[in-house]
Amino acid sequence: MKNICLYFELHQPVKLRRYRFFDIGNDHYYYDDYANESNINRLAHTCYLPANRILLDLIKKYKGKFSVAFSISGTMLDQLKLYAPEVIDSFKELAKTKHVEFLAETSAHSLASLRNPEEFKRQVAQQVKNIEDTFGQVPVVFRNTELIYSDYIGEVVSQMGFKAILSEGAKQVLGWKSSNYLYCNAVEPRLKVLMKNYALSDDIALRFSNQAWDSWPLTADKFKSWLDGVPANEEVINLFMNYEAFGGVHSQESGILSFLSSLPQVVLCDKNYAFTTPSKAASALQPVSAIHVPNPTSWVDEERDVTAWLGNEMQNEAVDKLYDLVPLVEQCTDQSLLKDWQYLQSSDHFYYMGTKFFANGARAYNNPYQTPYEAFINYMNVLTDFAQRLRQSVPSANVEVETLQKTIAQQQKEIQDLEKQLVKAGIATKSAVKKTTTKSKKTEEKEPAKATTRKRTTTKK
Amino acid sequence: MRVLMFGWEFPPHISGGLGTACYGLTRGMSSIPDLDVKFVVPKAWGDEDKSKVEDIIGANNISVNGKRLRVSHFSKQLDYVEVESKLVPYVDPEDYWRLRSLQVGETFRFLQTDHEGKFHFTGKYGTTLLEEIRNYAIIANIIAQDNDFDVIHAHDWLTYPAGIAAKEATGKPLVVHVHATDFDRSGGSVNPVVYDIERRGMHAADKVITVSNLTRNIVIEKYGVPAEKVVTVYNAVDPLKKEYTGFGPKTIDEKIVTFLGRITMQKGPEYFIEAAHKVLQRMPNVRFVMAGSGDMMEKMIRRAASLKITDRFHFTGFLRGQDVYQMLSMSDLYVMPSVSEPFGISPLEAMQSNVPVLISYQSGVSEILKYAIKTDFWDIDAMADAMYGVLNYPSLQNLFAKYGKEEVDSLKWENSAVKIKQIYDSVVRH
Repeated sequence: MKNICLYFELHQPVKLRRYRFFDIGNDHYYYDDYANESNINRLAHTCYLPANRILLDLIKKYKGKFSVAFSISGTMLDQLKLYAPEVIDSFKELAKTKHVEFLAETSAHSLASLRNPEEFKRQVAQQVKNIEDTFGQVPVVFRNTELIYSDYIGEVVSQMGFKAILSEGAKQVLGWKSSNYLYCNAVEPRLKVLMKNYALSDDIALRFSNQAWDSWPLTADKFKSWLDGVPANEEVINLFMNYEAFGGVHSQESGILSFLSSLPQVVLCDKNYAFTTPSKAASALQPVSAIHVPNPTSWVDEERDVTAWLGNEMQNEAVDKLYDLVPLVEQCTDQSLLKDWQYLQSSDHFYYMGTKFFANGARAYNNPYQTPYEAFINYMNVLTDFAQRLRQSVPSANVEVETLQKTIAQQQKEIQDLEKQLVKAGIATKSAVKKTTTKSKKTEEKEPAKATTRKRTTTKK
Repeated sequence: MRVLMFGWEFPPHISGGLGTACYGLTRGMSSIPDLDVKFVVPKAWGDEDKSKVEDIIGANNISVNGKRLRVSHFSKQLDYVEVESKLVPYVDPEDYWRLRSLQVGETFRFLQTDHEGKFHFTGKYGTTLLEEIRNYAIIANIIAQDNDFDVIHAHDWLTYPAGIAAKEATGKPLVVHVHATDFDRSGGSVNPVVYDIERRGMHAADKVITVSNLTRNIVIEKYGVPAEKVVTVYNAVDPLKKEYTGFGPKTIDEKIVTFLGRITMQKGPEYFIEAAHKVLQRMPNVRFVMAGSGDMMEKMIRRAASLKITDRFHFTGFLRGQDVYQMLSMSDLYVMPSVSEPFGISPLEAMQSNVPVLISYQSGVSEILKYAIKTDFWDIDAMADAMYGVLNYPSLQNLFAKYGKEEVDSLKWENSAVKIKQIYDSVVRH
């Protein structure tokens, strides 16, 4: 029995307007309303509404045999509520059928998992609440921004109580192994890991309308024959993709929507197949082994790593400057500032600064900037203004705490360096060497825990 | 294959980008075996670098005495024309021996030569330019008869008549190389005489080489040259000379933004001043430098004064040689807001010195550079914003220093030369 697990991502960034440096301090509105509204409206009418209609019909027709999973970022929910509330209604209708699962993620579609675990947890909690409020479901499975996954992220996610996580079936991780089994996290075996079958997923998501592709045109029967080619003992085929593939990336004229409606019919004619959702697969199947992912992977670019967002100096500076603001944001109560904070974290802003000039994935088609430098300068101007406002809104006493925290962190680092020097000098005994090295490793991993204890000590002071 | 190449200047006697480009190109071509270049200039000084070309011929050393001009190959029926002495009315008897007449068809033309029958050339861009261009063409016809070659290559409009004359003399294929058009220099209000010379050169040529697609489009649209005849070959840049490096860190703790080039309409200096004004309103610790001279300099100084930014805006006058690189080594950003720049080698020189560059989309070089910030020349807001960004967000500068140098080092004259060789092969009839 082969299970097909369909999962669709919905996310669109709130695009920034052209924000010049002379706007810094003068104008605090950052968004290109026209571009955002027209983008959401276009996608609603070419993709979300027609595709939702097809899925609803299929679910009703097959009475429980067909099911799908979605994730809708908080940023996307905000925009849908504002510009196309009918899309939210149609998702609510899907939710009512009980055969649609909603997954958790970061509300801001952010890179917080790579930079600040505390902020990451806050955003996930926020998103769980968003989904519960809107669709009446509490998500039990997690998918990170752009499917970014590592052992450490899995550990954090498991601690938050999720039972499974989605991940890219990247070559550098799987090697000879197949993505078509259930795996579990290397640190916390309770957390199941579903690996995307990127070849079959990308056939639909990226290549479907490419007429230069030797398999064009792709039909449901042809795709079924590829599924048949998967060895019979493999258990779950994870097809994860952007929902925009259906009418957005591939136009309706390419026949993508009829592909969507006929694929389940073709698959369900065969008794050897069933559709499943991530949570059902995680409880029904047994993990075959732990999967070791020391370095973060994602579902973007040929490399399937995080260099699409953190690949060059500009991207690193922008992300660092952004997450340097976390201590201030923690004390901020101004709702409009917190909304800006959310929108500025969209991973897309950093994607636009990428200098991998030959990479053109599904994400590149919506890029509002002509060059990465423009994207960077524009974003940094906005961030400069945002940081100024943030500092003004937080009482000055708290700024003192921030500086104290910085000095403590600095001293901590110095102490660590000195310890390392001691070890190198060979003054410490063998056992002491072991202790200090394991300690320093742990401190690196448990950076978030340190941050909180640090805060406590400062408040005590 | 032997090439007869007509230029107007050759290092070290250069006053603009044309000489640099011609020199780089001949250097690149010297790397191709079996490709010999005879380079003709109006005035040979004798100290030119002859290591990379077969020979440098100065038109000022060629005598027209007793020569016949052959124009039969190309034009329809202009008979052999003899250069001989004629009585010239209204001329001082002492001047008589210096004037020769030239009969073209039914008309006589009188030319001024010295006692050896040689023309006097300045090789500059002075008041007698049109006359020099014409004389250069006559000499070209003679040189073409006296030398053996397979293809003629003429650089820019000054040498097009010479190229045509050489083609008329021998019937060998002509390639003209467009480094600039009068539309670039004049901003649209072209000089009809120059336009006419350019147009005739392009139409007489078997192939037209342009230095960018920007120029290619102008040649096709404004000069009516068939698109299949026009090929783009990008320029390159010579490796940075040793003596132009190692200036040490700059000593002042202020950012410097530099404009380096002729202060003429074509280079867009006024947009640089306006953008500088915008940046200075928000940033105190930055200085702007306009290095160069030109017919708009006074106007620019007045504009800077009326904006009250002259305490932060400096004019250095024309810089050459080492001074250029010293200026670059102090700069945090190089700006070229050209209104119409067929190619633009100078940003490449800045990149060699690890300086980030901001260039306009209206420059040919923007078609090949990835590690450069680009804006429209008229978009002062975007330009100011880019300046502010580079000066305030340090990772941009690091990124450009790291990859920009790599990128510019990969632009080699050898690659341009290979493309030009292919063009020669396509026109030479075997």
